[in-house]
Amino acid sequence: MSELLSLATMVLMLSLLLGLLRILRGPDAGDRMLAAQLIGTAGVGLLMLLSVLLDQPALIDVALILALLAAVAAAAFTGQQREQRDD
Amino acid sequence: MNSTSLLVFDGLLLVSIVSLAWAALASIDARRSVILFMAFGLVLALAWARLRAPDVALAEAAIGAGLSGALLLAALHDHDRTAAGVGSSSTQNQTSAGLTTVIRWSVTLLCAALAVGLGWALVHVFDHPANDALARAVAENLDLSGVSNPVTAVLLNFRAYDTLLELAVLLTAVLGIFALGPARAGYQPAGLIFDGLTRWLVPVLILTAAYLLWVGAHAPGGAFQAGATLAAAGVVLRLAGRHQIGLPAARTLHIVLAAGVGMFLLVGFALLATGRAFLGYPPAWAGSLILLIETAAMLAIAATLVSAFVGGQPESVTIDNEE
Amino acid sequence: MINALSSLLILAGLFFYIAGSIGLLRLPDLYSRLHALTKADNLGLGLLTAGMALQMPNLMTALKLVIIWLAILVASATSAHLIARHARRRESRS
Repeated sequence: MSELLSLATMVLMLSLLLGLLRILRGPDAGDRMLAAQLIGTAGVGLLMLLSVLLDQPALIDVALILALLAAVAAAAFTGQQREQRDD
Repeated sequence: MNSTSLLVFDGLLLVSIVSLAWAALASIDARRSVILFMAFGLVLALAWARLRAPDVALAEAAIGAGLSGALLLAALHDHDRTAAGVGSSSTQNQTSAGLTTVIRWSVTLLCAALAVGLGWALVHVFDHPANDALARAVAENLDLSGVSNPVTAVLLNFRAYDTLLELAVLLTAVLGIFALGPARAGYQPAGLIFDGLTRWLVPVLILTAAYLLWVGAHAPGGAFQAGATLAAAGVVLRLAGRHQIGLPAARTLHIVLAAGVGMFLLVGFALLATGRAFLGYPPAWAGSLILLIETAAMLAIAATLVSAFVGGQPESVTIDNEE
Repeated sequence: MINALSSLLILAGLFFYIAGSIGLLRLPDLYSRLHALTKADNLGLGLLTAGMALQMPNLMTALKLVIIWLAILVASATSAHLIARHARRRESRS
């Protein structure tokens, strides 16, 4: 079982890196924000795997934090600021 | 546990840390740099997780991969606006180009030398048997500390002075932030979908912060992680365009910001008054005192981070409450 | 028995993760890439979560994993919406 889990971490890390390649090369502006999506899902998956592999249940809490903060980056990137008040 | 797949994972992790750091610094586009920096933060959190340091991984995930990304992106908004108003500052004269190259190369060489030095030290360390006197000392005294998580014991009991000074540094930082003047204007009211997300995300974040604060006594967690999560709740509210972002009005805000250092000092002086050492908790009370200090610290850290995100002195809460 | 089911779910999850990344690299424009990434990765995470939930020591931890997956699901959907809307706005402006 742990063999499979180790293999899974390797595969997930690879897919994360592949995705980041797109972030680096992507011509569109929004391509960069795809990183936020990728980071959220791949990172949570990796943390779940690592928590069992390394016998660290606290890593699931780390995954929880990541999951909750996943949308914040996209919101910060796309948020429109109000006009600056002149006072 | 040392299967080749895990080694490959470690190798990939190393490669991605270095290349993300390089790419984030080398990128010309500021936005891309920020996104790459966020990715770097996540990979760093994974590295901490891999090194069996879940407390640090928690803090890195909350602050590095979440909050600092939002912070930098918000700062970029300002940068774009001022650059557009002033006109592009692309008057980089040719004479400084040579100097820039020289500086870049000398910094690169210095970093390479530092890396080689550290590598040599690391290899040297592997030759000697592991010296875990510190871990043993902590383990022996854990019962006296009032908590069962060794990290919290070290941070809030054995090395409480360090944490007190860290909180003082945060307080100084907030004073610097307030010196920038009034906060930036907020964000436009969010559309239906993000607003809907906010409605459940913020309560869950607050609950998670309370959970992290409580669980820090016997599992990875604690005041810093809880404070960062609580700050994220305020940041989400801000991003959704609301005026009420959880910060109290001016006078109360000042008290909350000083509460981290203040509670430490209060406890310390109270203990001094009863004849013990400054911050020398009696073992029977240690757990409760630590929780008290951590609660105050969590609120102070959260208020500091939210103030940093709004970019200045937050406007008073008594203005229009449209919601 | 549980291990076999777990392994199957994890492998299926990995397949979808890889599919998402390949889609990210090969698809022509932002919207299709966003579509591929959000859907494939979330499905991959769901299968991975199911597989890992079977490995958890007790029911509460397994439920925690499911809650994490649900949170990611909603956050991903919202992020995808925000990114796509932002890109649309930029298009209509330029």
